[in-house]
Amino acid sequence: MMRVRWRTSASYLGTVLTALTVPLVLTAGVSLVYGESPVPLLAPAGLSLALGLALGRFERGSLGPRETYLMVSAAWFVVAVVGALPFLLAGTGVFADPVNALFESMSGITTTGATVLESFDAHGRGVMMWRQVLQWLGGLGILVLVVALFSQLSVGGAKLMETETQTTDVTKLAPRITQTARLIGGLYAGLTAALVLLLLAMNVGGVAPRMTPYNAVAHALTTVSTAGFSPEPESVGAFTPAVQWVIAAFMFVGATNFVLLYHLLGGDAGRLVRSEEFRVYLGVIAAGTVLVTVFLALDGTYDTVEATVRHAAFQVVSIVTTTGYASSDFDVWSVGARHLLFLGMFIGGMAGSTTCSIKTFRWLVAAKAFRRNLLLAVHPDAVRPVRLGSTVVDERTIRDVIAYVLLTLVIFGLLTVFIVVDVSRASVALDEFEVMGAAASTFLNIGPAFGPAGPYGTYNVFPRSTKVAMILLMWVGRIEIIPVLLLLTPSFWRS
Amino acid sequence: MRVVVVGAGEVGSSIAESLCVNHEVVVVDIDSERADALTYGMDVLSLAGDGTDLDVLEEAGVAEADILIASTDDDETNIVTCGTATAIGDAFTIARVKRPQYLRTWQRSEYAFGIDFMICTDLLTANAIVGIIGLPTAQDVDMFAGGTVQMTEFKVPSNSPVADRTVAEADEFEQLTFAAIIRDDDILIPNGQTRIESEDEIVVIGHPESARAFGAAIAPSQNGPNDVVIVGGSEIGYQVAQLLEEREFEPRLIERDEERARWLAERLPRTLVLGSDATDQDFLERERIGDADVLVATLENDQQNLLATLLAKRLGTDRAIAVVDTGDFADLFEAVGVDVAVSPREVTAEEIIRFTRSRRMENISMIEGDRAEVIEIEVAPDSELAGRPIREVVTRLPNVVFGAITRDGGFITPRGDTVIEVGDHVVIFAEIDSVDEITNVI
Repeated sequence: MMRVRWRTSASYLGTVLTALTVPLVLTAGVSLVYGESPVPLLAPAGLSLALGLALGRFERGSLGPRETYLMVSAAWFVVAVVGALPFLLAGTGVFADPVNALFESMSGITTTGATVLESFDAHGRGVMMWRQVLQWLGGLGILVLVVALFSQLSVGGAKLMETETQTTDVTKLAPRITQTARLIGGLYAGLTAALVLLLLAMNVGGVAPRMTPYNAVAHALTTVSTAGFSPEPESVGAFTPAVQWVIAAFMFVGATNFVLLYHLLGGDAGRLVRSEEFRVYLGVIAAGTVLVTVFLALDGTYDTVEATVRHAAFQVVSIVTTTGYASSDFDVWSVGARHLLFLGMFIGGMAGSTTCSIKTFRWLVAAKAFRRNLLLAVHPDAVRPVRLGSTVVDERTIRDVIAYVLLTLVIFGLLTVFIVVDVSRASVALDEFEVMGAAASTFLNIGPAFGPAGPYGTYNVFPRSTKVAMILLMWVGRIEIIPVLLLLTPSFWRS
Repeated sequence: MRVVVVGAGEVGSSIAESLCVNHEVVVVDIDSERADALTYGMDVLSLAGDGTDLDVLEEAGVAEADILIASTDDDETNIVTCGTATAIGDAFTIARVKRPQYLRTWQRSEYAFGIDFMICTDLLTANAIVGIIGLPTAQDVDMFAGGTVQMTEFKVPSNSPVADRTVAEADEFEQLTFAAIIRDDDILIPNGQTRIESEDEIVVIGHPESARAFGAAIAPSQNGPNDVVIVGGSEIGYQVAQLLEEREFEPRLIERDEERARWLAERLPRTLVLGSDATDQDFLERERIGDADVLVATLENDQQNLLATLLAKRLGTDRAIAVVDTGDFADLFEAVGVDVAVSPREVTAEEIIRFTRSRRMENISMIEGDRAEVIEIEVAPDSELAGRPIREVVTRLPNVVFGAITRDGGFITPRGDTVIEVGDHVVIFAEIDSVDEITNVI
C-alpha cells in the first residue's frame, strides 16, 4: 500500500529549520549593534537548529508529489511558528500575546504585511528588523532559497519549485534545478542589494533624509519581496517623493516573472516584451493609475499634479503587486478610488514572481477560456486551444485555473461572512466594505485594508477568533490553497 | 548528360520521360517489373535494385553521372540514396521529400545529408494551391524571373464578359501577353483576331499585377476569395492553411481525427479548426460550407477528395480545388465538376525537370500535362537571340510566343520591334515539339 512518506517530508522540513538558523543569528547581530538583548533571536535560533537537526535524522525516501505538498504546507506553518518566537520572547506591546505574535509572523513570512502593531516605538530594532527579514525569506518562497543554498533538495526540487512558484517557467533556466534556484535566488538577492545601495545613495545625496542605513535595508527587504512591512508608522509615506518613485519601480519589478527578468538582464528584452502576461500586467497598472488619478484629481485630494499621479501610481502598484505599502493614507480617498483599490487586490502580479493573489496569468487564461466558450456556441465543432502569447495552454491547466479562481472567490466570501459575524459578536464597529477589504487583504496576502485596518491602522482591532482565522487563511493563500486542501482530503493519506 | 533516376513511380517516370530525349537516363527501382516496364515506353536503361545500396548505385554508373535524382515515395530512402551517391562520385544530387521538416534542416545548411537540391512535395503542392486560390478562375500559376513574371492559366467562365470577344478587344492590359488558348484538346497560338470562347483556357504571361487584373476582368463577380475552407488536415492541408495565414487569410480547416485536429489547432493560430467529418451533411449546413468562396480538399485519398469537393459544389461553394494523387485522374476530376485538380507528383516532376534542363533555362512550367511548356531563359552572349528584334526571331520559331522579358529586374512587354539583349531573362511559351529547336537556338 502506498502511503505518504511523512518521514521524508519531516526530514526535508528539518533542512529548512536548520537553514532558518542563519537569518535568525544574522538578525541577532542587528540587536547587538543597537545594544539590545540578542536573546529573543538567538533562543529561537537554537531551538530551530536543534529541531532541524533532530528532524533531519529521519530516513529520507524519494520526494513524491504527496511528500512535496506535505512538506511545503508544513514548512510555511512551522517557519511561521518559529518566526513568532522572537516577537513573543521580546514580549513588548501587543507582541506579548501569542496570537498577535503568530499573526505578525504569519503575515510576515507569507509576505502579507498586515500588522497588529499599535505603537511602532515600543519594540527593539532587532525584533523590528526580524519582521522585515521574515518577509524577505517568504518573498521568493523560503524553500526556493533553501534549494538554492542546499543541494540536498535537488531530487524532486523541480516539482517543489513548481509548487512554490506556480509556474513551470522557472524550471527552464538550467538543466539542474539547483542551478536554476541559484540563478533566481541570486537575482532576488541582487535586486535587494541594488535597492539598498540606491536608497543609501539617495540618503547621502540628500534627497532622502530619513532613509538611514537601517531603513534602507528594512525597506529593500520588503520591497523586492512585494511584502509591505515597514518599521515606519507612515510606511513609505515617511519618505520623500523620489524615494516613493524608486520603491514603486522596485515593487513593479518584484512582481515581474523572475525568469523573464533574468533573460532581460542577459540582454534578451524580447522575451519580456513578447510575454502577453507582462503586457496585461503593465496594462492593468497603467489603467488603474489613470483611473485613480482621475478620481483623486476630481476630488482635489492632493495639491499638485505630481503628487496626485505619484500617490495614484504608488498605491495601484502597491496593491496590484500585493505589496501593501502606503505613500499616503488611502483610507481617506473617495469611494471610487477606494473601491478600485479593492478590486485591484484580486489581480496580483505575474506568475513566477514574489507576488500573491490570483495573478495576472490566471485571469488571462480564464478570460480566454470564456471567450472560447462564446466561439463554441457559434461553431460547436471548433477545436480551439487557448493561447498565452504563442504558447498553448493545456486543458488541464485551464480547468485548474478556473477552479482556482472560483475557489479563491468562494473562500473570500466565506471569510467575509465569518468576520462580519465574528466582529458583530465582539461589538467591533466595522462596516461591510471594511470587512471585505480586510478579508481580501489577508487571504490574498496584500496587507492593509480600509477603515481601522487601513494603511495607517492596525489589525489589532479584530477579535482574537478573527485573527486566528486570518492566520490560517494567510497561510492557505500564500501556498495557493491546493496543498492545504489536499492535506484535508482523506485520500491524500490513503493509498 | 548522364542522369540517374532512383524510383520509377509517377514522379520518376515523368522525369525520365522528359529527359530521355536529350540525355542518357538510367532508372533504378526496387521493383524489377516496374523498372522493366519503363524500357518499353522510353529510351532509358533500367535497373532493378535498392537505391540506398552502394553496389546498385555503382552499377547504375553514379560515379560518371552528372545528376542523381532520388524520387521514390519514401523520404528516408531518398535522403540515404543521395548520401550514398556522394560517397561514390560528385553527381549533383536532387532529393524529393514529403515532410517539410527535412526541407527546413536542409535549408539551414544547404548541404545537409549530402543533398544539393531538395524538393518538398507537400510544400510545393501547397504553394501551387495557394497560388490558385489567390486568383479566381486560375487553373495553374507559376512564377518566373524571381517573381517579376507570372504565368497563369485561366478558365473562361460561361458568363464572362471576355467571352465572344477577340484577343485584341480583351487585351486591355499593358504588361500581359496572351500565349495560348486551349480549346477542347487543341492548343492555339492566338493573334489579335482570335475570338475567345467560354470554357476556353487561356495561358497568359505577364506582370503579376496585370495577371490579377485580367483575372478580375474574366470573372468580375469573383473578386478575391475571403472564405477558404480546407477539408483534411494532411500535411498538404496543414501547409496550405499555414501559407494562407501568412497571406492574412483566416481559413477554416476540417479534420475528423480528434488528436490531429488538436495538433493543427495548436499550430495554426489564425485558422478555425473544426473537428468533424466533412461528409456529414448536418455539419456542412451548420457551418455554411456552401457559402465558402473556395474549398480545398486535401484528404488522404483521391476518392474522398472527389466526394468532398462535389458535395461542396452541390451546396453552393464557388470553387473547389482537389488534390489528386494519381496524376491520370486530374483530367477526370476536372471533367466531372472539380474546378482545379492539383497533382503533387506532377508539381514535383516539373520542379525537378527545371533543374536538369540546360543551365540557361532558369525555370519551367508544363501546360496540359506535357504538351506545352513555359520556359525562362537567360540570354547568353553566344545566343542567336542576342541583338535581334523579336519579329525576326519569331519567323524561325513559329510555335513560340515571347511572353515577357525582364532586364535588370525591370519588366518589358515584348513587341515585334523589341530587341533582345544579352543578360535578358526571356519567358516564352512553346509547344513541346518546339522545345528542342529553342534549346538549339539559345
